[in-house]
Amino acid sequence: MTTPILSLENITFRYNGNRKDALTNLSLEIIEGSVTAILGSNGAGKSTLLHLILGWLKPVEGKIELQGRALHSYSRREAGQIIALVPQIEHMPFDYTVLEYVLLGRTPFLNALETPGEKDMEVAFSALKTAGLEELTYRFVTSLSGGERQLVLLARALTQQPKMILLDEPTAHLDLANKARLMKIIRRLNAGGSTIIFTTHEPEAAIAVASDIILIRAGHILTNGPSDQVLTSENLTTAYGSPVRVVHIDGHRVALWT
Amino acid sequence: MSKSAVSNYSGSKVLVLLVGLLLLTAGISLLVGRYPSVKILSPAEIAGDELAYRLVMNLRLPRILTAILLGMSLSAAGLVFQMIFGNPLVEPGFLGVSQGASFGAAFAIIFLSNKTVTIQASATLFAIAGLGFSYILAHRLRYGGWVLRLVLAGIAVSALFSSGVGLLKYMADPLSQLPEITFWLLGGLSSLTWGQFLSIFPVVSLSLIVLLLLRWRLNLLSLSDAAAYSMGISPKLERGILLGAGVLATAAVISVSGMVGWVGLIVPHLARRIFGADARMTLPASLLIGGIFTLLCDDMARILLPGEIPLGVVTSLLGAVSFIILLSLPNFRIQR
Repeated sequence: MTTPILSLENITFRYNGNRKDALTNLSLEIIEGSVTAILGSNGAGKSTLLHLILGWLKPVEGKIELQGRALHSYSRREAGQIIALVPQIEHMPFDYTVLEYVLLGRTPFLNALETPGEKDMEVAFSALKTAGLEELTYRFVTSLSGGERQLVLLARALTQQPKMILLDEPTAHLDLANKARLMKIIRRLNAGGSTIIFTTHEPEAAIAVASDIILIRAGHILTNGPSDQVLTSENLTTAYGSPVRVVHIDGHRVALWT
Repeated sequence: MSKSAVSNYSGSKVLVLLVGLLLLTAGISLLVGRYPSVKILSPAEIAGDELAYRLVMNLRLPRILTAILLGMSLSAAGLVFQMIFGNPLVEPGFLGVSQGASFGAAFAIIFLSNKTVTIQASATLFAIAGLGFSYILAHRLRYGGWVLRLVLAGIAVSALFSSGVGLLKYMADPLSQLPEITFWLLGGLSSLTWGQFLSIFPVVSLSLIVLLLLRWRLNLLSLSDAAAYSMGISPKLERGILLGAGVLATAAVISVSGMVGWVGLIVPHLARRIFGADARMTLPASLLIGGIFTLLCDDMARILLPGEIPLGVVTSLLGAVSFIILLSLPNFRIQR
């Protein structure tokens, strides 16, 4: 399947009050059913790009189309039923239970005065099962570990039953076991037909699950395409401004740096 | 907390219980009071004694209804502010609202006609002006995100109005105007009339209905703006509506009651302790607990001493004591 679900054409973005562009003249297409990693060093513009795709940030130039229609023409509810965000970190000041928190993802399916019903609860329980959080259903979100919180944010996004899931640095705060757990869930979601886009500054995370890579440096796309073509020693060295070698160990690609 | 640790009482049953408790408290409050000493009047006595009938119908009833509205508004607005600012220490007078109202009242007492209606109008106007200034200032600040800018602007505007109140107190006639300003700042419902109750009832009830109807969205607004946006809402617009309704209700009630502290801080905490964070339950619970708490405080204010105790003093005392007890108790929570 090669239909683009999302396309960005000549996108330029600048933060209010800044003279310098955060992203300049950027064009790309995301294929439906793909797993795309937006890879680059800190401050390269990865999260900005993700927030543009979400519609939260508006480009100063260029156009973004979702399913062949201008992104800004979607109502908030419509967009919320198609795209879900898993933020890098979320301030949780109040003692919601995991179930209550995950249920918030049903909002795009409710009108302004509505509250979730039985069907919404079923969807939330199913999302908790997919994220492997059934045992934590009635725990307070404030009592969870960093890894568990990340999975709760993912379950909340799944409750939106989106076609496309955006994850902002999903592995940044996870230990090895939780990283592996998250990657497994991403593969399973993708096998179920979801389009996944995630930002990361770790080449390992991109190697592990991404079919496509957008390599980004200082607000420009360095190169993009299938993972095996983009993730080369030369490209990564340029992207990070520091020597990186991609080697093969036991049939797996590994990025080495010193 | 595991599921088994959650009590089996259903949240909606407890809400119904709270409604019953509010009605019961209101009923008893109507019968208890000084006439001329503290006594409970039976309905038969009230019906048979014209003076008692007039006392109950013209003084106690509007006062009781206003105390309930006051408690409901401060508590609901407190919860709204705490959730929107993601900070459990925020109260409804935030964003320059309380200090603006105080300034408006003191200004009217000294420079305007010193009539109840003028003080009420001036307090409402300055409360809303406090919010307006905070909002405009937040737009102009070049520091941090929107919520942080609003908080900082609110603190700055409150400080300005607070120093203004200090100056007005210094200028006030110590025999006639200063006691009145002081009494207003301490809060109370002692001279409340049907006219005052009716003047605030439409705006307060409308604001509370808006808050109740939009209570699910409040949960979303306790998250980051980008997260709320990703879940299909427009955070700026919906935050504006909820804050606006909360501030209107607060400005209206404090324009007749004066400053009544602690209700908007303590009641949302209590409601969260019992019902959890989800505003679907916590908002109606805050309304009901706030109504009961303020009514009980007002009963004490009018009954305990031959002279009236300022309501703000009683709510601060009981509020602080309840807060200490609440924080020392183990966590207890009922199931939805």
